[in-house]
Amino acid sequence: MTIAPKAPRKLSMKDRYSALTRDLDWEPSYVSKEQIYPLTTFEGITIHDWSKWEDPFRLTVDAYTKYQAEKDKRLYAVLDGFAQSQGHLSLTDASYLNAMKLFIQGIAPNEYNAHRNFAMLARHLEGGGPRFAALCQCLDEMRHAQTEIHTLSNYNKYYGGFHNFSQQHDRVWYLSVPKSFFEDALSAGPFEWLIAIGFSFEYLLTNLLFVPFMSGASFNGDLPTMTFGFSAQSDESRHMTLGLEAIKFLLEQDEKNVPIVQYWLDKWFWRGYRLLALVAQMLDYMLPREFMSWKEAFELYFEEQMMKGLFEDLAYYGIRPPLHVDKAIQEKEHVSHQAYWILYQFSHAAAFTTSVPTAQHMDWLEEQYPETFPTYRKLWEKEQRNIDNGGRHFIRGLPQLCQVCQIPMGFTEADDPFVQAQRESIFEGERYNFCSDGCQYIFEHEPVKFRRAWLPVHQIYQGNCGGPTLPDVLNWYGLEPGDGGEYLGSIDHQNWLKWHGDPAHVENDHAPAAAGAEGGQ
Amino acid sequence: MTATAERPVGVDIQENEQNRAVIEAIEADNEDATVRHMPGLVRVTSPGRLVINRTSVEERLGREWETHEFQLAIISYFGHIKEWDDDQILIAWDH
Ligand SMILES: [Fe+2]
Ligand SMILES: [Fe+2]
Ligand SMILES: [Zn+2]
Repeated sequence: MTIAPKAPRKLSMKDRYSALTRDLDWEPSYVSKEQIYPLTTFEGITIHDWSKWEDPFRLTVDAYTKYQAEKDKRLYAVLDGFAQSQGHLSLTDASYLNAMKLFIQGIAPNEYNAHRNFAMLARHLEGGGPRFAALCQCLDEMRHAQTEIHTLSNYNKYYGGFHNFSQQHDRVWYLSVPKSFFEDALSAGPFEWLIAIGFSFEYLLTNLLFVPFMSGASFNGDLPTMTFGFSAQSDESRHMTLGLEAIKFLLEQDEKNVPIVQYWLDKWFWRGYRLLALVAQMLDYMLPREFMSWKEAFELYFEEQMMKGLFEDLAYYGIRPPLHVDKAIQEKEHVSHQAYWILYQFSHAAAFTTSVPTAQHMDWLEEQYPETFPTYRKLWEKEQRNIDNGGRHFIRGLPQLCQVCQIPMGFTEADDPFVQAQRESIFEGERYNFCSDGCQYIFEHEPVKFRRAWLPVHQIYQGNCGGPTLPDVLNWYGLEPGDGGEYLGSIDHQNWLKWHGDPAHVENDHAPAAAGAEGGQ
Repeated sequence: MTATAERPVGVDIQENEQNRAVIEAIEADNEDATVRHMPGLVRVTSPGRLVINRTSVEERLGREWETHEFQLAIISYFGHIKEWDDDQILIAWDH
């Protein structure tokens, strides 16, 4: 076999793309298109001409693999250096890793889910262009799952909360929030998935997920996370493009698609926004060295870019901004405080720890939220008095969950932080509860789907989660001592002080060690 | 409604040595661009449109640069990628 001499590259990007990507598609001759692509009609979407799908990246397999390999090479060099130099000791504080515990438990398994569904799209979309874009994204998402798990595995050698993320993702109450979000999308058709994940999640909201985690990592000495995050985000810009192309393509293909897409947009904006409550509390409470409040991130990445940019573009097609977006804007002053307060009270049953924010941290919060934080500060100061009297607050009962987003019902009315929000709907004689108008609206459109939700609290009561007592359930969750509870005095905290040569600190910190993941009744 | 020509578009780029030439090229080729530094990244916004020219990057880099390489630099963007060919990348809103 002879190897042909390397020919000089003659084709332009455009020609290479059409030769190597589009031309690999063919017209079937002995089976019908309906037989090959059985999934593209049942959602009611009409497509007249698949060749109209544009891929501005004009990716071909050779270019794709070349740059992805380069991205991985750069990342692995950083990971090695960090591990070899005991980089974990230069983090701002061990409590910073709570953000990363949430990340590996809540996000990494969903990268894998995204990979699964894009593999399905790479098979089932009718156009050669979108099939190839979906194939690249499928490989990207697999890479994200792998690099995230690999990066964070280094912390698993030294800290609690990382060791059992995959099982926990399937079982633990707060992780049912991201899990059910993705499974809702996975169990929809290919077009709803494109709007749910491709557009609403990747284009509309992904900046609010990734940039806070990655810049937070950068500010807190977590070089590996910053690097995998930016490495993943560089793929994300392709995913954003696919999402934006998808929505424009559907809207341009047929007018009848517009109301269907509008509902999906309304639904998935609110689903995504509720999921981001976890990011909001992380940003405002879990970073020892703060860099940007949720409110500021929301204004920058959502209100500025999306409301003032994107939605004016989509208005051309008859699309309006998502329903309930006004509530999300109203809530920006409250949502992080309320979400962290919920997690704080239930962290004895979680695989991360929580703590009352320090006085200096509360000063920062007050600067960021001059209107609203003084109210929440009173709550924390009251809790600090409880702790000083030996009574760190954990809720021993089980909370009612929202039937749609699955977050415990602790949110208030968007315009009144003193009135708890609660909505209910009756469907076929049964009553369902919701945290907000947005979640109720979704249920009322799809009651048959959402009444089947696997709600962690209901499952515990039904006896499906290891047994009737709290230790039974925590055992079934795969939690170990030191995974959850109060941070001060926890195993991570004590190790951190020991490694930094400061054992005296353990005694005079205000929370007794007993408050850490005791797991008792 | 704000005219398409004014609504800002933008791009977030990882801040490192390799990307400095790219950022400088964007600043040079987009008169009204605004640059903001955030932890680990640089955010460039520009009213209406933002263009990245291969030749401008190559001049500053002192070597050949293909526009595909921008995939190693970009973290995020807002706007619509209207064009991405051998010579330039253009981000703008459609409508
Ligand atoms: Fe991803
Ligand atoms: Fe993605
Ligand atoms: Zn809800």
